[in-house]
Amino acid sequence: MSALAQQASEPTVKADKLRLPKTSLDSVLAPVITVIVLLSLWQIASWAVPIRSDLFPGPGAIVAKLPEMLDNGSLLGAVGTSLFRALSGFLLAVLIATPIALLLAHQPLLRKGLGPLISAMQVLPSIAWVPAAIILFGLSNATIYMVLLLGAVPSIINGLLSGIDLIPHQYRALSQVLGADKRQHIWHVELPAALPGYVAGLRQGWAFAWRSLMAAELIAVGGSLALGVGSLLQRGRDLADLPLVILVILVILLVGVLIELLCFAPVERKLLRDRGINRTGGKNV
Amino acid sequence: MGVELHEVSLSYPGTDLVIDSLTAQIDDGEFVAVLGASGCGKSSLLNMIAGLLQPTSGWLEVPQDGAAFMFQDANLLPWLSAADNISLALKLGGYPADLRDARVAQLLNLVQLGHAGQKKPHELSGGMRQRVALARSLAQDRQVLLMDEPFAALDAITRDMLHEELRSLWQQTGKTIIFVTHNVREAIRLAGRILVLSSHPGRILETRRISAQLRNDPAQAAALADELTTILRKEQRKHERTSAAG
Repeated sequence: MSALAQQASEPTVKADKLRLPKTSLDSVLAPVITVIVLLSLWQIASWAVPIRSDLFPGPGAIVAKLPEMLDNGSLLGAVGTSLFRALSGFLLAVLIATPIALLLAHQPLLRKGLGPLISAMQVLPSIAWVPAAIILFGLSNATIYMVLLLGAVPSIINGLLSGIDLIPHQYRALSQVLGADKRQHIWHVELPAALPGYVAGLRQGWAFAWRSLMAAELIAVGGSLALGVGSLLQRGRDLADLPLVILVILVILLVGVLIELLCFAPVERKLLRDRGINRTGGKNV
Repeated sequence: MGVELHEVSLSYPGTDLVIDSLTAQIDDGEFVAVLGASGCGKSSLLNMIAGLLQPTSGWLEVPQDGAAFMFQDANLLPWLSAADNISLALKLGGYPADLRDARVAQLLNLVQLGHAGQKKPHELSGGMRQRVALARSLAQDRQVLLMDEPFAALDAITRDMLHEELRSLWQQTGKTIIFVTHNVREAIRLAGRILVLSSHPGRILETRRISAQLRNDPAQAAALADELTTILRKEQRKHERTSAAG
C-alpha cells in the first residue's frame, strides 16, 4: 500500500491558470490602445484635410451630437427597441434552431436534403429578405422578426450540427458500454459534448441576428413600427446628418460588441476552462 | 459465466479479414491477457465482446448483462468531475439514486482517489484518470471486465503501481478480466493465461499459462518474455512484408 500512498500525492494539473492574468491584460489593453490611436488619427485628419466639416466630421463632432440625441430620448429609445427585438428574436431563433439541428443530426437523409439549403441560407445576405418580408407582412414587427430569424436560425443550426459532428467517436462507444439508450446518450453525452460548438453557433447566430435586424430596420421604416437603431441611420441619411449616421454606426457596433463580451465570451471561456482547453491570447487569430 | 468465442471472424467493409476463425474460452473469474503486435485485431476482438462490433461470422457468448469496458485513453467526459463520471455509470446502470453518492465514494476509495472526487479530468494526472476510468468500469458492476491497453500511455512507475492495484482488485472482486496489451512483460505480470494473436488476420498463435511461481521468478519471467517477444517480432515482420507486397 505504500506505493498507493505515493500515488495519492501525484501532482494534479493546473496549467490553464498560469497565463490568465497577462492574457486578460493584453486582451483589454491592445484593443483600447488601438482605438485611442485610430480616434486620434481620425481627429487630426479631420482638422488637416480641407473638406467641409459636415462631410468629414471628426470624433469631436460625433461626440458633440451625443447630448442632443440623449436629451430628446431618441437614441436610448431606439437602442431599447432594437435590443428588445434582437434579444427576443434571438431567443426565438434558438428555440426554433435547436430541435431542428438535433433532428438533422439524427436523420442523415433529412440532413443530406436540407443541410446544403441551410448552409446556402447562411451565405445569403439577410437584407435580401426584407422586400419579401414587407410584401408578406407590411411595415410591422413580423417583417423585422422574419428577417432576423432567417439570418440567425441557419447559423445556430450549423453550430450545433458541427458541435455534434466533432464529438469523439469514443463517447458514443462509452454510452453504449454504459448501457445508455438514445435519449440518455443525447442528454448525458451528446448535448454536453456539443456545447462548445453550440455556443460558437449561438455567438455567430447573435451576430447574424443583430446584423439582420439592422438591415430590416434600415429599410422597413414607418407604419406601426417603433423606431429602432437601424431606422435612426435612415433618419440621419434623410437629414444629410453625417455625425448622426456615424454616431449610430458606433452605437450599433458598441451594442453588438458589449453583448458579445458580456454574454458569450464569459460563457465560452468557462466552458473551455471547465474542459481543460487552454486558449492563450494571440494564437487564435 | 465467462466468455466463449467460436470460430469468430471479423472484416470491415472493403477490407481483408481482421480476425480469422478465432475460438477461445475464458472461464469465470479468469484473468486473461490478449497479446499481439499493433494492428493485429486485439482491440477489434475486445470491441466484439463488448458488443460494439458484430462478428462477420461465428458466434460468441458473453454474460446476459454484457461486459464493462475500460478504454485505452480513460475516455472520461471532460465536463464532469471524477465523481460525476463514476456516478453517470451508476445512473445509466440503474443504480438507486439515494445510494449513488455513497457508492461513488466507495469506488473512489477503492482506487485510492477519495480525495480527488471533485476534480475534473484535466486536473488529474494520466495515472489518476485511468484510476477513475477503472472505478467507472467497476461501477458498471458486471462480471466481465474488458480492458483495452489501459496503461499503455502511462509512465513506467505509474503503470507499475496500477498493475499492483489491478491484481489486488481482481483478487478482491473475482471478476473475469480480458486485458489487451502489446506489452509482453505487462501480460506476464498480470494474467493467469496469455493468448498470443497473430498479425493480420488475428488468430490465436499460442496460449501460455502463467503460474504464480513463474510470475514471481524474474529469470523464468524474463525467459518467457524473450520467447514471446521473438514470436511477436516475427509476426510483425510478416505483417510488414505482407503490407509492403500488397
